[in-house]
Amino acid sequence: MSKANLLDRRQVVSTLLANRKDVVAIGGLGASTNDMCAAGDHARNFYLWGGMGGAAMIGLGLALAQPKLPVLVITGDGEMLMGLGSLATIGLQKPPNLSIVVLDNEAYGETGGQTSHTSAAADLVGIATACGIKHSQSISTMAEVEAFAQAVHDVSAGPRFANVKIDSASLERILPTRDGTYIVNRIRGDLGFQPI
Amino acid sequence: MHARADAADTAPTWPDDIFATLQRFDVRQVPYVPDAGHSRLIQRVLASSTMRGIALTTEEEGVALLAGAWAGGQRGVLLMQSSGVGNCINMLSLIPILRFPFLTLVTMRGEWGEFNPWQVPMGSTTQGVFELSGVQVLRASNAAEVPAVLEAAAAQAYNALTPTAVLLSQRLIGAKVFTK
Repeated sequence: MSKANLLDRRQVVSTLLANRKDVVAIGGLGASTNDMCAAGDHARNFYLWGGMGGAAMIGLGLALAQPKLPVLVITGDGEMLMGLGSLATIGLQKPPNLSIVVLDNEAYGETGGQTSHTSAAADLVGIATACGIKHSQSISTMAEVEAFAQAVHDVSAGPRFANVKIDSASLERILPTRDGTYIVNRIRGDLGFQPI
Repeated sequence: MHARADAADTAPTWPDDIFATLQRFDVRQVPYVPDAGHSRLIQRVLASSTMRGIALTTEEEGVALLAGAWAGGQRGVLLMQSSGVGNCINMLSLIPILRFPFLTLVTMRGEWGEFNPWQVPMGSTTQGVFELSGVQVLRASNAAEVPAVLEAAAAQAYNALTPTAVLLSQRLIGAKVFTK
């Protein structure tokens, strides 16, 4: 299934998070959340193991609550397709500190590699642009990934959206913690919030 | 054209009671799918300097939004009508898993003199759907009980992390009247 000139998902995510500073990162259900863990566990990693279609909206809620912090959603094409309406919601709110990266392998990799809508028809960059997310781009080189990783830290110029065509090869699973309450409370603690 | 049966004379003030309670509980993010029964509350939220009204395309977006808001230190409330509750079902699974405060205010259709049969199936199962999904249900049937119900709901949702839905009954809101 591998095609030439597609980026390696682990390399993309580790580059996005290499110099993350105060970034809060949300990983969508599926391989994206594993990629985030493979890049190194972090107190500000919000790993999703469910709630398919919700990653971008969790990012929006966080971005609105913490307008000075860069918030980065890293998700897959299938997860993004299930929450397409959230792009319209984000386009309306225009949170300047929110960035969304879709790792697009054009397939549902976790369920047997069935092709997704992005393989033949759906254009996520076009959808994001048409929803009012002005800084929407397609990424095909690591140089562009590095530039995007820099831009994420500018919390006054978003929202921004990037669709990265990645190799569909299945990689070894690097599994983050599955304890959602721990994940949320760890983020809250790192942001300085006390338990209830 | 259509109008609420009770909207002809004076606008009801119970939405102002709701707004005051939400303000007192420091609610900051208010995702909503519009409904006529919520229109006055939505107006108050959009005019507020402390709350942010967030229009959704579908209700489950609001559940996920509230999870993110809480991770970022803010409380929220989801406004929707009963037909939207079904849209939320899978996303409601985030609530016990992530354990964030969840309060939703639901204007009811499909009961108390409903004209439109298409509203009845979801309106009839709204309470059951919530309860099966682990969300406690409180109900306000008249304007006088709105403040106490809201107070109780907000207190248990935000202080005890008890997922809570308040059903604002069609009797309270007034059945929608359709005229040709």
